[in-house]
Amino acid sequence: MKRSDRDKELSRRTISRRALLLGAVQLGFAGTLLWRLRDMQLNQSEQFRLLAEENRINLRLLPPIRGLILDRNGVILAGNEQNYRVVIKRDDAGDIDLVLSRLARLIPLSEEDIERARRDMLRNRPFVPVTVAERLSWEEISRVAANAPALPGVTPEMGMSRAYPLREDTAHVVGYVGPVSERDLEALESPDPVLFIPRFQIGKSGVERMAEDRLRGRAGSQRVEVNSVGRVMRELDRVEGTPGANVHLTIDARLQNYALERLHGHSAAAVVMDVKNGDILALASGPSFDPNLFVRGISSTNFNELLNNDYRPLVNKTVQGMYPPGSTFKMVTALAALEAGVTNGQETVFCPGHMDVSGNRFHCWKRGGHGRVGLVSALAESCDVYFYEMSQRCGIDKINEMSTRLGLGMRYDLPITSVAGGLNPTREWKRNNRNAEWRIGDTVNASIGQGFVLTTPLQLAVMTARLATNSAVLPRLVRDPLERSERELASLDLRPEWLRMIRQGMDQTVNDRRGTAYSSRIVADGQLMAGKTGTSQVFSITRAEREAGVRRQEQLPWNRRNHALFVNYAPHDAPRIAVSVVVEHGGGGSSAAAPIGRDITLAALNDALPPLSAYPAPQRNRIQYEQDEMHERLRRPEDLRLSRA
Amino acid sequence: MSYLEYNTRQMPSGLRKVLYLNWPLIALLIMVAGYGFVMLYSVAGGSLTPWAEPQIKRFGIGLLCMLIVAFTPLWFWRSIAGVAYGVTILLLLGVEFFGSVGMGAKRWLVIGPMRLQPSELAKITTILALAAYYDWIDMKKISHPVHVVIAALIALVPTLLVLRQPDLGTAMLIAAGGGVVIFAAGVHWGYFAALIGSAAGLVTAVLQSRGTEWQLLKDYQYRRIDAFLDPTLDPLGAGYHINQSMIALGSGGWSGRGFMEGTQARLNFLPEKHTDFIFTTLAEEFGFVGASSLLLLYMMIIAVCLLTALRTTNRFGALLVMGVIGNFFLYFAVNMAMVMGLAPVVGVPLPLVSFGGSAMLVLMVGFGLVHSAHIHRARLPS
Repeated sequence: MKRSDRDKELSRRTISRRALLLGAVQLGFAGTLLWRLRDMQLNQSEQFRLLAEENRINLRLLPPIRGLILDRNGVILAGNEQNYRVVIKRDDAGDIDLVLSRLARLIPLSEEDIERARRDMLRNRPFVPVTVAERLSWEEISRVAANAPALPGVTPEMGMSRAYPLREDTAHVVGYVGPVSERDLEALESPDPVLFIPRFQIGKSGVERMAEDRLRGRAGSQRVEVNSVGRVMRELDRVEGTPGANVHLTIDARLQNYALERLHGHSAAAVVMDVKNGDILALASGPSFDPNLFVRGISSTNFNELLNNDYRPLVNKTVQGMYPPGSTFKMVTALAALEAGVTNGQETVFCPGHMDVSGNRFHCWKRGGHGRVGLVSALAESCDVYFYEMSQRCGIDKINEMSTRLGLGMRYDLPITSVAGGLNPTREWKRNNRNAEWRIGDTVNASIGQGFVLTTPLQLAVMTARLATNSAVLPRLVRDPLERSERELASLDLRPEWLRMIRQGMDQTVNDRRGTAYSSRIVADGQLMAGKTGTSQVFSITRAEREAGVRRQEQLPWNRRNHALFVNYAPHDAPRIAVSVVVEHGGGGSSAAAPIGRDITLAALNDALPPLSAYPAPQRNRIQYEQDEMHERLRRPEDLRLSRA
Repeated sequence: MSYLEYNTRQMPSGLRKVLYLNWPLIALLIMVAGYGFVMLYSVAGGSLTPWAEPQIKRFGIGLLCMLIVAFTPLWFWRSIAGVAYGVTILLLLGVEFFGSVGMGAKRWLVIGPMRLQPSELAKITTILALAAYYDWIDMKKISHPVHVVIAALIALVPTLLVLRQPDLGTAMLIAAGGGVVIFAAGVHWGYFAALIGSAAGLVTAVLQSRGTEWQLLKDYQYRRIDAFLDPTLDPLGAGYHINQSMIALGSGGWSGRGFMEGTQARLNFLPEKHTDFIFTTLAEEFGFVGASSLLLLYMMIIAVCLLTALRTTNRFGALLVMGVIGNFFLYFAVNMAMVMGLAPVVGVPLPLVSFGGSAMLVLMVGFGLVHSAHIHRARLPS
């Protein structure tokens, strides 16, 4: 429509008025914005800048490299290996199931792994990386990296993880590490912040646990700029941590391997000790287990298998296993009697095969009796009656004192877990623990290492070393390479003539035709050994069994058979090493334990596979066969990786 | 005004129109868009892709559209206003029934290869329709209740349809554009006073009734209002974005942290750093100087357009320009207020600077209309 000029003018004036008004309002609002901007950017900028810094700078701990555990020659018992792993972030992955199923086609992933990863992802906040697979090979990790575009949220990562190259060999000594648990943290007063790094590994058992402080090292730190989802954009600065210190053990990896393999098929323990300084050369407990399984997180199937095994692979029998020492205890009784002056050692005792003590009949192992025996032949032939007699003459207190002096019943302070103290029973002990008075029968039982007496294989080795040297040898498992190998050891102050008789008895045990370990003698020049067998009763054959015709150990079920023990030192004229062997339910000391002790002794003395020439000629064929079979299982020298340091 | 009113002899025609373009406006638009290019380059970590380069191309297309619209005689726009508005309403209804869903809202219509966002179109067509309406009715009748109700409906129908999508930001812009045209046309004060009064009364009633027996909303609805009004109450939830935005903005200081040196945006603490929150990055990297200069440029655009509105005797043209200004002002004012923590978070981008195609195109068409009104303004006979 055509407007009049008046209308036009009115329209123009109205619009102008209102437009100016709107303009003014807009200007006012813009002024408010400007004022706010000025307030934030000029007056409060310091405060906001501080907040921005806090936002983006993140202090991260750099896990220190764990110290190595080495054997006496620098062989790596516990090392660190590159660990390629794959982590996934829910935030970036989008469809978790799709990504995981694609990943499963590239790397081996079990249903269980996938389920665990999914669970971890849902439990954590979306930007927390969750480990899907660990210990991947270089090929596998490359495959993941090459397919990165199809795998959103998946990152291949590299870290250090503990590895035990000798696997079973030193599992009980070295122990293993595992991820820090709530319980680990609770046990510590002020936990090192490094322990809170996800998947950080801490010693769980053995040297790994006991020397944790030395091995761990100090964490470094790194200041990084992160974005809002915690992704690292760049590093601002970095303080390197200190790697953990190496721990040098006195163990000889090759001997350890030999000892463990020699125990193969038995539930047994063997200890080899340097008699001069107490260095433990081998501490073998068989069967063993692969500690690497624990580092990865052992599956419940594997764990139950270890747990339910009758041979108890998880137990370190050398220090944890407590056994009645049986006849290997007779040296203690003999020395106690000599020191008490109740015999001169030359005097003989008649053994009719048994002895009646306060109405109870105590049998000698040889039913027909040994006839007249002196101290030396009583040891060599292991006559029980002789020691029944001696123990009654000198009393339990003297035996106890001597037992302690020879290192039994004592908890040695070694950097391994669950070292047991054994038991040196005293009158007081029986009163407190059995609520009964000590009786003469208890003394008689103790005289041949039965009854209440309990020892560990380590203690037996210490005892043997002390008998061989007349000094208070203490076991040592860790020795700095800079430390002198010699040690000042207190003398035991045992009269030389007494010890001569004891040693002669042990010598004859092995090297005399009538000795109990004669079939396990060594014939090589300069490598002859002296020892003592022991057979300790776990259960006595019941009347019912006897009537059913059970006469021999082999006829009993395994777990009711006697323990077989053997202790020895060698060479017999200039002792260097002491060895103790316990074969659980092995039957008899001379048949089950002594051959093992002999072989380990030879391996230690020769620093190699025992030479055939060291064995009596008639045995060589059989030994050769045994050695060939064992040779297959032994670790090759090239398997032993030396630390470069 | 109609075709007959045009005195073609006083109107520039043909290529001469180029000389009559509002050149200061073009210069200002290019400068503002330039801010956008620089910031998009920066938030992409110093890269033309994925944002800066497409944005430059779109701005080029936008400039072309603006010129086409500018050179088209104003009477053409007036005559198609009604049809355009009707089509827009139909499209909005189409979205309502056939729209495709994206990001939790129905906004797009897919017609063959085209993805249409009718709500953007509604910003322009609502203004066009209202300006044409007021140009058409008798000056004396504009404050008549019937005409006020008709005008209000013209503005409210698209607003409500967009609100249902739901797209609060765009709905607000449409309502504001319409409201400004109605106000500028000279509708009586009383209506606005009543509107503001009743709105204030309603809000007061809702807030005051809280906690009493006859409270008007459910408890959870009140809590939502709380979070909407003061996001800082919930720093990891709804308030996270605003807190991070304020940290970025405040840490800029006087001259900023330097080009490409802003830590907040670079490190992804800022959400939507290339769209709704781009002003924050500007303020962080170029400080008060950069941020206030952009605000100044925006106000200069407003001023230049306002001058066009004041200088034309053409009622349709003047109202159209006022509508475009109102829309544009609310655009950047709400966005800036939002990132500064003065207003609740509503999805409104920073005009010409934020990354986004259709919003940019619609804005340029809007400025094209301003140019058209400027070129084809009724001049007094010389």
